[in-house]
Amino acid sequence: MSSEDSRRIFIKQAAVTGLGISLGSANAFASTAALDQAAVNEQDPYELFGKHPDMLLLNDKPWNMEATAHLLDDSITPSEKMFIRNNGKIPTKIDINKWTLQVLGESAKSKKTYSLHDLRSKFKTFTYQLTIECGGNGRSEFDPPAKGNQWTVGAISCAEWTGVRLKDVLKDVGINEDAVYIGYYGEDVHLSGDHSKHPISRGIPLAKAMEDETIIAFAMNGQDIPEAHGYPLRLIVGGYPGSASGKWLSRLVIRDKIHDGAKMAAPSYSVPIRSVAPGEEVPTEEMKIIEEMPVKSLITYPKTGAVITLGQQLPIRGHAWSGHDEVIQVEYSIDFGASWKVARLESPVNKFAWQHFNAIIDFTEEGYYEVWAAATDKKGNRQPMLVPGWNPKGYLNNACHRIAVRVVAA
Amino acid sequence: MNTNDFIHRISRVIWPSMGATSLMVLILLFSIYLYHNPTVRLVEAPPNVKSVLVEKNEPQIIEGVHIATGLKDGDGLQLVIKNCTNCHSSKLIIQNRMSADSWRQTISWMQRTQNLWDLGENEALIVNYLATNYAPNKKGRRQNIEGIEWYRLELD
Repeated sequence: MSSEDSRRIFIKQAAVTGLGISLGSANAFASTAALDQAAVNEQDPYELFGKHPDMLLLNDKPWNMEATAHLLDDSITPSEKMFIRNNGKIPTKIDINKWTLQVLGESAKSKKTYSLHDLRSKFKTFTYQLTIECGGNGRSEFDPPAKGNQWTVGAISCAEWTGVRLKDVLKDVGINEDAVYIGYYGEDVHLSGDHSKHPISRGIPLAKAMEDETIIAFAMNGQDIPEAHGYPLRLIVGGYPGSASGKWLSRLVIRDKIHDGAKMAAPSYSVPIRSVAPGEEVPTEEMKIIEEMPVKSLITYPKTGAVITLGQQLPIRGHAWSGHDEVIQVEYSIDFGASWKVARLESPVNKFAWQHFNAIIDFTEEGYYEVWAAATDKKGNRQPMLVPGWNPKGYLNNACHRIAVRVVAA
Repeated sequence: MNTNDFIHRISRVIWPSMGATSLMVLILLFSIYLYHNPTVRLVEAPPNVKSVLVEKNEPQIIEGVHIATGLKDGDGLQLVIKNCTNCHSSKLIIQNRMSADSWRQTISWMQRTQNLWDLGENEALIVNYLATNYAPNKKGRRQNIEGIEWYRLELD
């Protein structure tokens, strides 16, 4: 079932739920399970989170939504078009006056607690445009299928985040020489309601934590962080899987080993160390944690399905990004990769910001076309046209994005 | 003028007027009904709404889909609703495709890490439902672009 189908089902469910209420009859539903489901769906996530109506709802418990390619046309992703990937329940009753960030751990020289005011007043504030992509973006294309949310292309955003540098806070606490990893904890609640469990508690190697662009953010696009995206505090780690950017941040731990929080262990956010055949069983000890996200690009204009007249030039544009390094080239093809032309490419505003590209395409004959885009980063990594190496959890699909175009007679 | 002819002429006058009269009577009766029963809407309700009204105490299945959850109708559906959708959304099931083995492994993972209870003899029925209704389909290394909605692109 496509995401659009599930969206339709959601709307149907909402309609039925609404009817149940208007009839004043709770027993319109047969089982309590159905009632639970209905209760979840009473909240329209589009209204609840202020999302664009064309966003696709993948999951409602926990909330997971993604954008479509054409929704991501803005240079800076606005909240209404930003994907949501939640692992647990969004915390309720947030009091920003009482919210604190605790920093501790076996490799911390001291244990410190900061209020939101402390963070703002004690440390210098920085603003960066940072690309955050879900590690499973593109999962829906793997064969055999990988379990989890079946993201297509829209679990990617590049917003403007404001906060303090993680390294400034860590230095203020003091880092022992044996420190190797930083772990985070947030205030989201495990789906089972068990408060002893964390829905997710991941982290990053110390070197990544010490980069200028790794920040503890308290604002997104110049405003408070939206609740679905981590209000009031979020760790932002550009270029790493989105799961490294811990939401509703309340605790950081300086570790002398790789952090062992929820979803740190393989197979979560891990891929095989060596290339494997599709469907192959991979023991967890033969997997490694995903760090940098691969080079990728997205055509955000026009929307797929454009019909133009022969003789009209087709402008295209989009974004390209890489967790490894700067993107140095974006090419496009209208003949399924037989030939490529180079698009104009802008430099990034800052490290880990996506870069904008554009081109104008001439078609010499009528017919069905696909425009494919392929980005290459400074290290020489180029996007594959095919779905890359299969892995058990369906991560890191950076295959070329394409749109369909039809050229008709004048 | 013979008798047949006479009857024919009479009926040509009477039948249309009777038709008109009956219609008027019907409209009148319907108006009285509406007046006394204001909940009746003149716009026809969508099919799923009707079904909810009719099958109050039955699971609502329309075109093979359980409306409240979106799950496909099939043997084991109620077990899946009762055991799976308490903790997570049915959407997580619907968007996934797995073999019986993989569904079984997923259940085992949820039991080890996510507080899922022992399913006992229901496990086989649940796995069978999942593997039957949400089995993998072959995609290969790259699929065609599906479901294109063509539109005229306005260019300057």
